[in-house]
Amino acid sequence: MTFFAQFYAQHSRLLDEIGINALLALSLSVSLQAGQLALAQAGFAGIAAYVSAIASMQYRWPLFASILLAVACSTLVAALLAYPVRRLRGIFLAIATVGFGEIVRVIVNNVSITGGAEGLSGIPNNVNTGIIYSGLALVALALFGLSRTKFALAVALTREDEAAARGVGVDTGMVRFASLALGGAIAGLAGALYAHAFYFLTPADFGFPRMEEILVWCVIGGVTSPIGAVAGAAFLSILPEIIRGLADFREITNGVILLAVILFAPSGLSVLWRSRRATVPRDA
Amino acid sequence: MPETLLLDRVGVRYGGVIALNAVSLTVAPGITLGLIGPNGAGKTTLINAVTGIAPLASGTITLGKHRLDGLPPHRIARAGIARTYQNIRLFGALDVRTNLAAGAFAQPGGLSNDTARTLLERAGLPDLDLDAPAAALPYGDQRRLEIARALAARPSILMLDEPAAGMNPAETARLVETIRAIAGTGVAILLIEHDMTLVRAACDHVVVLNFGEVLARGTPAEIARDPAVIEAYLGSEHVIPSKAPSGASSRDRH
Repeated sequence: MTFFAQFYAQHSRLLDEIGINALLALSLSVSLQAGQLALAQAGFAGIAAYVSAIASMQYRWPLFASILLAVACSTLVAALLAYPVRRLRGIFLAIATVGFGEIVRVIVNNVSITGGAEGLSGIPNNVNTGIIYSGLALVALALFGLSRTKFALAVALTREDEAAARGVGVDTGMVRFASLALGGAIAGLAGALYAHAFYFLTPADFGFPRMEEILVWCVIGGVTSPIGAVAGAAFLSILPEIIRGLADFREITNGVILLAVILFAPSGLSVLWRSRRATVPRDA
Repeated sequence: MPETLLLDRVGVRYGGVIALNAVSLTVAPGITLGLIGPNGAGKTTLINAVTGIAPLASGTITLGKHRLDGLPPHRIARAGIARTYQNIRLFGALDVRTNLAAGAFAQPGGLSNDTARTLLERAGLPDLDLDAPAAALPYGDQRRLEIARALAARPSILMLDEPAAGMNPAETARLVETIRAIAGTGVAILLIEHDMTLVRAACDHVVVLNFGEVLARGTPAEIARDPAVIEAYLGSEHVIPSKAPSGASSRDRH
């Protein structure tokens, strides 16, 4: 056996996890780049995971049709959620969207089609590492393409100052809507891939602790940097594997890391590889 | 394209407070209209009404043939209205180039470096580093960059909300030249300012607001002589001695 084959045999599950987590980080990053602290990504992922699982188990849909349906559903839900939260900003938006995530979890926990609290098992296990990373590459490519359009400028301006952005002609309501819907789509892809890669779902997989985890990945990477978000997700997915003892204290570790980053490196660790020009001097 | 901004009996209310009452005015291409008055007279409210931030209780606002009142702020901006803010609102974390590109957001295509340079020159900032973050610029440069950002939209109407606030007399004198040059290109300018020296030097006409109503209108010299304006706003130190043939003597005393 070659080194790589051996490495893959030992770590394929971790690699899959990193890929899916990177997608989740990107889905939140899309919202954060528009300045929207919308914390519903775990909920979107959960909806998509269950839709895809149920479509393939009960209705015998082929894999890609199930994933497509799941992404369509999570995008639609995100788009619908954008309407009631359209006037909320900052911490109020965060609270409302966390509330949405909990509603999703409670519903999934209490209806029979999802298997309730016991979860769903026996989901067709037909998503491999290649499919996950193809999905990640597709999303990364799409986001890179978007970053070269005027929409990216509109997103940055909406983040920096919504009123001033409107003053130069940016439809900030549309930017907020689009960023939430796009985040819903990416989170949905992550959720659907998760269902088929790990073939077992419980409502707890998509609860608040998962959402907090996604937030920590984005914060340590730098909230406006998609590359930082992916790096943060990869780093914190690998960390418990390296330091075995941490695995049992994952939530505590996440909390400590979040606090440390906010206190000591509020722009995230991505400032380490950014050019100095991008940082504003303090005496400005 | 040059177009005329027309406010017809515009009224704005904040709850029970009448912020603007039946204010009518015209800003024509190439003309600089000064808007003065005591604090709370409704000057900034008037700009907010034009830009769609403050909804009208009555009256109409038109730009050329287009009704502006009732449109959302981003569509009013796209119709050709650009503004600066009393408290500078640059995109502080973004660099100078991106701030100018933001101003040109509604324009087709991107913003070339040449265009950016031209805009900065028109605003009196010929040597500014395009890669500098806006928040790191000196205060006066930030005010001018805001003007450059507004010009990037190629507006019909440019509204400046106290552009000389915090500037010293030399900077203010340079600002007058900048405003005059912009008006010379056919842009209609609405200028809110407390600095009467600037108003007299830069404005063709002046409208005086007091308690949300038009108290007086005329040339800067006429306004400076108007007893009602002196009483409500300027104070007696601005009274031109009756023997003086023009406003020049009173200007010298400042």
